[in-house]
Amino acid sequence: MTPRRKRLYVVLAILAGVGASVALAVVATRDNVSFYFDPTQVASGQAPVHKRFRVGGMVVKGSVTRKPGDLEVHFVLTDFAHEVPVAYSGVLPDLFREGQGIIAKGTMHGGTFVADEVLAKHDEKYMPPEVAASLKRKGEAPAAPSAAPGPAPGSPRS
Amino acid sequence: MTPELGEFALILAFVLSLAQAFFGLVGAGRGQLAWMSVARPAVSGQFVFVVMAFACLVYSFVNNDFSVLYVARNSNSQLPVFYKVAALWGAHEGSLLLWILILSVWSLAVAAFSRGLPITFAARVLGVMGLISAGFMLFTLWTSNPFLRLVPPAPDGADLNPVLQDFALSIHPPMLYTGYVGFSVAFAFACAAMLEGRLDQAWAKWTRPWTLFAWLFLTVGIALGSWWAYYELGWGGWWFWDPVENASFMPWLTGTALVHSLSVTEKRGIFKSWTLLLAIIAFSLSLVGTFLVRSGVLVSVHSFATDPARGLYILAFLCVVIGGSLTLYAWRAPKLYVPGGFQLWSREFFLLVNNVVLVSVAGLVLWGTLSPLVYELMNIGKISVGPPVFALMFLVPMVPLMAFLAIGMHAGWRRGTLTVSLKLLLGLLAVGVLLALLVQAGGFGALHGLGLIGLAFGFWIMLSALIEPVRRLRNRQRLSQGMLGMCIAHLGVGLFAIGASGVESYKIEKDVALKPGDHYVAAGYDFHFISSADVRGPNYDAVEATVEVTHKGRLVTVLKPQKRHFWVQQTDNSKAAISVGWMRDLFVAMGNPLGNGAWSMRVQYKPLVRYIWLGALVMALGGLIAATDRRYRLRTREAVVPADATAAAGTRLGST
Repeated sequence: MTPRRKRLYVVLAILAGVGASVALAVVATRDNVSFYFDPTQVASGQAPVHKRFRVGGMVVKGSVTRKPGDLEVHFVLTDFAHEVPVAYSGVLPDLFREGQGIIAKGTMHGGTFVADEVLAKHDEKYMPPEVAASLKRKGEAPAAPSAAPGPAPGSPRS
Repeated sequence: MTPELGEFALILAFVLSLAQAFFGLVGAGRGQLAWMSVARPAVSGQFVFVVMAFACLVYSFVNNDFSVLYVARNSNSQLPVFYKVAALWGAHEGSLLLWILILSVWSLAVAAFSRGLPITFAARVLGVMGLISAGFMLFTLWTSNPFLRLVPPAPDGADLNPVLQDFALSIHPPMLYTGYVGFSVAFAFACAAMLEGRLDQAWAKWTRPWTLFAWLFLTVGIALGSWWAYYELGWGGWWFWDPVENASFMPWLTGTALVHSLSVTEKRGIFKSWTLLLAIIAFSLSLVGTFLVRSGVLVSVHSFATDPARGLYILAFLCVVIGGSLTLYAWRAPKLYVPGGFQLWSREFFLLVNNVVLVSVAGLVLWGTLSPLVYELMNIGKISVGPPVFALMFLVPMVPLMAFLAIGMHAGWRRGTLTVSLKLLLGLLAVGVLLALLVQAGGFGALHGLGLIGLAFGFWIMLSALIEPVRRLRNRQRLSQGMLGMCIAHLGVGLFAIGASGVESYKIEKDVALKPGDHYVAAGYDFHFISSADVRGPNYDAVEATVEVTHKGRLVTVLKPQKRHFWVQQTDNSKAAISVGWMRDLFVAMGNPLGNGAWSMRVQYKPLVRYIWLGALVMALGGLIAATDRRYRLRTREAVVPADATAAAGTRLGST
């Protein structure tokens, strides 16, 4: 193989790699990313109906209910303007509690958001950034995560 | 007094690193022997002062000096001493100091083991490392000073996050950083070669062991993090594709590519500019990883706004390092081109495929990690990219690469001929498929196509990696350490593939509600929740459940997961109970009390999960064996005979 041919092959191989990667990235991201909506957007019908998405907000104090001994739990998320009732069946994260900002992932069924995943971050002062941003817009500004005074234990994996 | 001393030591180290950079680079540029000879002592001095600064912070942590803001935020008087020290790198400021310490250790090692290198080259390597050092120290002193005082002092500290109070996680950051920072050596070697305008096979020979060492530390570091996440976070997952993990995985992917392309440059003297580019990318991704993760930018673009000085410095520093090195590359790399051919299906070809795939995957992971930022900046919406996206982007290129690996190991250099018969390789593939079917029949449940492919390829790679050692052993031939290391590392790849395919294809994960006396059956294992009781730990209260696991009527193990409540931070933490096995792990973690004595519990069956971390360790072992090959040790002695007689004349740089 002449050097010129070789270089051509190398360039072609790299181009093929790049092309395939871009195609793969587009295909993989197209259907699988989940968008975030706050309770106000959900209430105004901006959230998708048959697609999985994420909703975030503060867990309303006193809203967490379950039948004794049952895995299924119900609670209400708020951004202090609108509320979304959430149903979830599974183990709640350690940091889930009332008055805490959380993110739930799932789909709308009727007026209830049926979550298959509930996320709360490690630090009790921590507010998921989307939640912090949407709460701030509603005028109920909580401390932003990195601006939180006092303890802000960093975690190498949040 | 101690924190001020530490800060002062860090300032002195900063000044010395500037001297190291200036005299190393400018001295080499002007051919001033006296200037160049300043670089080595500067490295030693810098090392001493960085150790002093680090020791001062350790002292403040161990002695509960809560007048230091960083200590007050990350430690507590109740914390065991070991975790007080580990708390030092529990957050941003301290982990930067750890980074600096590790960089100065690497610099010292380079200074000590580079005496055989041409003088100007060694001076330039140390100069580049000095620049990186200076950049990091300035960043720390200016925006992230861990020695700042808190007035008035806090009565007690805020404590280390409970999930971080763990042995594996305490040594995970130092390992990871040793890997990250180690790539700075390859980067410095690349920059020095470009400045010299000379890059020969000897260069690859010098660079490769350093890169291998960095790579193996990174491998162990990532494996430790994954293992910790598995047993500590209570979710039972071993890889989440979250930005923090991706940040360590991208340098690993490009570092792996670099290790392979260096072997081509070393053996054949080609792929030179590609190797240089990889060295630059691997280190740049390490930098991006360190900075972006710790500064919180990856969580949200808005965290830039909360500390503009930090954000701007990071951007500027990245621009200087990445932009500068790429400019140097664009200017100098074309001059390094050497013609050298190879044929299709030769070793070079397979290694090229390896490189293209690994770098593509790194690019895809980068895209997946940054796309939420891109979407947000373009106002398309707030998205999160979940594991399915990454899994798809990872598997599509990697699965074919496994087949290429099994064959490519036996391809000859230059010519496209295999050193073993194709029949043997295909036979081994058949054995691999058979073994995979056997494992499948061993009771892992439903047939899983992708799992079967992963298992079969994993076994195939392992068998293929054994061909050469077995043949040499049988013919009583010597097996070079480089060859042995390569085979062992690939054995590790096979093991990893088997573990990852096994657990991802056949795992059972179920959240269930159990009250005392209830049973739950998964994969033939009967989990029997007997009772729960209150227990007390050194700094927490806990509820402990007793779960008996039986298999076909035989008692397998008694698992005792805990739900802990930590006093200082008032946080809950679930401590999973795991029964470890060669064929499977059984995992139980407690969720929440459901009333009536019932608990939500996470019950998991994880087949072959251990081979994930075992595979990673075996890979690292292979790297260690290859890095200590005789040919790398010999060259130091050979090269002491000055390669460049005119420059030497008995005045080797900084001989002490």
